[in-house]
Amino acid sequence: MAMLELIGLRKNFGTTEVLRQIDLSLASGEMLVIVGASGCGKSTLLRIVAGLETPSAGRILLEERDITSVDPSARDIAMVFQNYALYPHMTVFENMAYGLRIRGLSREDIAHRVDETAALLGLSEFLGRKPRQLSGGQRQRVAMGRAIVREPRLFLFDEPLSNLDATLRVRTRAEIRRLQRRLGVTSLYVTHDQVEAMTLGDRLLVLHQGRPAQLATPMEVFEHPADTYVAGFIGAPAMNFLPATLIEAGTAAKLEAGPLVHFIDGKRDGSDGKTLTIGVRPEHIRIDPEGVPLRIDLIEPLGSETLIHGRLAAPGETPLVIRLAGKAPEGDILTVAFPPEQMHVFDAATGRRLP
Amino acid sequence: MERRTIFGHRLLPVALVAPQFLLTLVFFLWPACEAVWTSLTRQDPFGLHSQFAGFDNFVELFTDSLYRDSIGRTVFFMIAVSALSMSSALLLAVFADREIRGRMTYRTLLIWPYAIAPAMAAVLWILLLQPRIGLIGVLLNRHGVSWDYHLNDRQAMLVVVLACAWKQVSYNFIFFLAGLQSVPRSVLEAARMDGARGWHRFRTITFPLLAPTTFFLIVVNLVYAAFDTFGTIQALTQGGPGKATETLMVKVYRDGVVNLDIGSSSAQSVVLMIGVIALTALQFRFLGRGGRRESAA
Repeated sequence: MAMLELIGLRKNFGTTEVLRQIDLSLASGEMLVIVGASGCGKSTLLRIVAGLETPSAGRILLEERDITSVDPSARDIAMVFQNYALYPHMTVFENMAYGLRIRGLSREDIAHRVDETAALLGLSEFLGRKPRQLSGGQRQRVAMGRAIVREPRLFLFDEPLSNLDATLRVRTRAEIRRLQRRLGVTSLYVTHDQVEAMTLGDRLLVLHQGRPAQLATPMEVFEHPADTYVAGFIGAPAMNFLPATLIEAGTAAKLEAGPLVHFIDGKRDGSDGKTLTIGVRPEHIRIDPEGVPLRIDLIEPLGSETLIHGRLAAPGETPLVIRLAGKAPEGDILTVAFPPEQMHVFDAATGRRLP
Repeated sequence: MERRTIFGHRLLPVALVAPQFLLTLVFFLWPACEAVWTSLTRQDPFGLHSQFAGFDNFVELFTDSLYRDSIGRTVFFMIAVSALSMSSALLLAVFADREIRGRMTYRTLLIWPYAIAPAMAAVLWILLLQPRIGLIGVLLNRHGVSWDYHLNDRQAMLVVVLACAWKQVSYNFIFFLAGLQSVPRSVLEAARMDGARGWHRFRTITFPLLAPTTFFLIVVNLVYAAFDTFGTIQALTQGGPGKATETLMVKVYRDGVVNLDIGSSSAQSVVLMIGVIALTALQFRFLGRGGRRESAA
């Protein structure tokens, strides 16, 4: 059964289209991550589900009940805000108890549930403190606790880790995933960080300029990006793009840089001469004595691997990033080859993947 | 970091400070010292003789039931003006904080009363409430309410409270509006998602977060009502009928300027001066440091 369903959601601010046609369905217990660059509409989408913004068109169903025009206070959805939005004048206990008090739970029930949640998050010893007496990580956990304690039908996360330092972010990320699995709450998680997106989501929704660019599992998105935007957005360092043209009745591509590559996974639609964009991830480019020469202009050693930035010494001078295991080879020029089994083929005109 | 400006000449800084210093000296410090001195003397009504009387004036003051009545009246007046003016200002600020059409116009108009001189404000209220020529006054009398604040004690108090509170609404409005705008939007949204609606949300989230502003305004309003309303009251009722609207400030004026009991009037001024100093100290203590800490957090 679908827990949350978004049907034909649109949002305009004045004449600006922020969201265009979002259709989405979340299974019970699923964690869906909405990822995209800033300004892609992901936060707006989350706020619409929360009820803090009203959609210009479309419907929102929660457990098959239409909540499009229901006030946020009656939606039974909890949200973790980017800046935590804790109540500064209340203690941690009061922060977590606030929503339960409004629901009219008995004093004992409230104390019981808050204690339980606090124990789960390791907050028991801080219950009497005010938010300003807590560290960033503790505040973040209180914000989580305030959402968890209510046992809502849906969790919304609005970039909850972006105010934490790097180490804490990694730890909290894992913690969120464990908690979400354990509690089995259906969740929508918004982030601009692709690592968070890859690690946290059962599925990813990549948003691009208010349009869903791809909706799939993280590995599917990584291995079969639907268009050049998704291909460039997911994966770090970003995928390399090489201009090419389709030849030999759709069975091969002639790279502008020289080499001719035969597709090993079947022919592509389109007539010969159609312009293509070939995508190759930095880690898939091989060093090959018979390959294309690459002029190196920057080497970034990362310890166990090395990033090499350079430009192809061929027509187009396409910039290229390569990720090599181990140390960088000697010399200013490398010869590289693009393995056909690791190539992504896109239509240069539309940016869509050619399957 | 502290900025220091170096003057090449020693006389320039002195010359720059001198006008303000002279004004303070002539209009504040000198009269204050004079008041302290005369409060310790007794003078004849014509101001020809005076003799040292020690603390007689003060002793007399605090054994005088009329003075005690005036203190009670002033306290009532201060609380009434502060409560009325702050609650209306808060209500208006809550409305002005919303997304409404013509918000800027509305805000600007609400600030106007602050710019009106006390006597002018009084005249405005006279034009409204005067029993024979005032718009509302005439209406009230025509509809069977016997309205005349020149005769009725309570009506007189009501009129001065209304006029004095009205003048202070603008000031309170600006501070409450600023206070409301500094309440983080996401905190209110979080409360909304937690299930809190309208009034409950205001009572449990917004109002507590306005506490520093509210406390500051309570002190400012009490000081205003006690010391800054003389002009308005004098123009409206001159402290009458009888002593119905005779606050401590009005009494200083009546006893000293009208009845020429300079010694007692000065003693009253000194008492008020101590009151102002105490309230200001309180304000500095809680807001000077505390306020800064809040805004830094």
